[in-house]
Amino acid sequence: MSPAAPLAGLVDHLFRHEAGRLAAALVRVLGPANLDLAEDVVQETLCHALDVWKMGRVPDNPAAWLRAAARNRALDLLRRQRTRTRLLPEVSRLQDELAPAVDAAFTEDALREEQLRMMFACCDPRLQSPVQVALVLKLLCGFGVGEVAQAFLASPAAIEKRLARGKAALRRARVLADLADPRLARRLEAVLGALYLLFNEGYHGAHPELAVRADLCAEAIRLARLLTENAATAQPRTFALLALMCLHAARLPGRLDARGALVPLEEQDRSAWDRALAAEGAQWLSHAVSEPPTALLLEAAIAAEHCFAPTFAETDWKAIVALYDALYAQTPTPVVALNRAIALAQVQGPERGLAELRGLPGRDRLARYPFYPAALGELHLRAGHAREAAEEFRRAVRLARSPAERSYFQRKLAAAT
Amino acid sequence: MADFLYVFRGGGYQQLSPEQMQKHMQAWGNWIGELSKRGQYKGGDPLEAGGKQVKGKKKTVVDGPFAEAKDLVGGYLLVTADNLDDAAELARGCPILEVDGAVEIRPIRKM
Repeated sequence: MSPAAPLAGLVDHLFRHEAGRLAAALVRVLGPANLDLAEDVVQETLCHALDVWKMGRVPDNPAAWLRAAARNRALDLLRRQRTRTRLLPEVSRLQDELAPAVDAAFTEDALREEQLRMMFACCDPRLQSPVQVALVLKLLCGFGVGEVAQAFLASPAAIEKRLARGKAALRRARVLADLADPRLARRLEAVLGALYLLFNEGYHGAHPELAVRADLCAEAIRLARLLTENAATAQPRTFALLALMCLHAARLPGRLDARGALVPLEEQDRSAWDRALAAEGAQWLSHAVSEPPTALLLEAAIAAEHCFAPTFAETDWKAIVALYDALYAQTPTPVVALNRAIALAQVQGPERGLAELRGLPGRDRLARYPFYPAALGELHLRAGHAREAAEEFRRAVRLARSPAERSYFQRKLAAAT
Repeated sequence: MADFLYVFRGGGYQQLSPEQMQKHMQAWGNWIGELSKRGQYKGGDPLEAGGKQVKGKKKTVVDGPFAEAKDLVGGYLLVTADNLDDAAELARGCPILEVDGAVEIRPIRKM
């Protein structure tokens, strides 16, 4: 007997990602009405692989092995169904026609296409966005209920309920809509929205573990890349979202410290940023140009300015102010105005920034937003008004929405007093 | 040094998520890899769930065994260890224990 080889060559998250691919293919074969059955087949296939592989014999192409095993299970199910419903002499001939149909769902192209159809089905506008995102994580990203719950800091029971609502809607469809269907073009907005939400849950979310947050960001990016591979969904706004996500995620490794506290941009270790991901983001950004520029494109361009600035001081703040001006013209929200004022203070000094902030349009809507007093505190500090700065940081601490934010503002407060 | 047979019983992963399954498999790989590195691994295989049994003088062949899931033998491993206690200690690292399975440790009788 040959000595057991260590389980080398298993790509990270292979099971999770194959679970999503298999579920999409199986829903095509078995129909959305049998969504639960499709999920069972996925689970059985993975359990079977674990049984066979765990003692050291992983096949050369594990993904192909899983797909073949799922295909065989699906074919078995369909054959048994056929035998039950039609006990005719020609049954064996009919059975043979099933195999090519099942095989067609498991080709590389079909797997890509079916995942996209599933993505569009999960983002049915009649479903609330938390339901859409939970479905995406469960069905396309292969997350378990517990993992979805962990991502949203929700209870598994609450997530079960959310998923049940979403799956009931999916089951009602006879087939998942075709990507070529022009009515689906409008739904791209909802799909992009759900992916952005998923990404933000990772990037800004309250989860203390960096690994969990990075996973969510990576999943959103993986699915957005999938959208760029299909002519119907490879649109400038898709590229803009993907660019934005890559350019943000590239900086994730420097954004939180070992204890999960936020590190301010000026103190981040820029050498820890993911250069490959930043370069990918820049690549997508160059494809995303549209006239007029969308809000996503402008946000991505701002992220790129930060990402490629050699240091905080050498950042092109003038360009950033101009981009915020354009963004404010598109989406005049107080948060955009706040970020514009912060950039402006870098160009024209803290007193100018303070004046902007005090007269910020819509600042009453920022009453509970901790980064408003934090920005005021920061500029007071730079202008040498320690007492005012401390007062603002104290306000920010009170408004903090997560432990990471709280410890960040507390650190600022300590620096001001 | 003596040889031992590990018999794995029970342990299921129906409740695990795909990511947890992959981690579980990695744990098996690490455990067996470690045994192998120390020269204590002598072989082993997983077993299919079904099979047949031949019983008694009549040599009747029946399907089975159909033990309860927790008692079903799912695989075996042959290892070399200093003694039974050492073999038991090694088995404590087996990932099957994380999924409520059991390892039965049987010294192999010398001829």
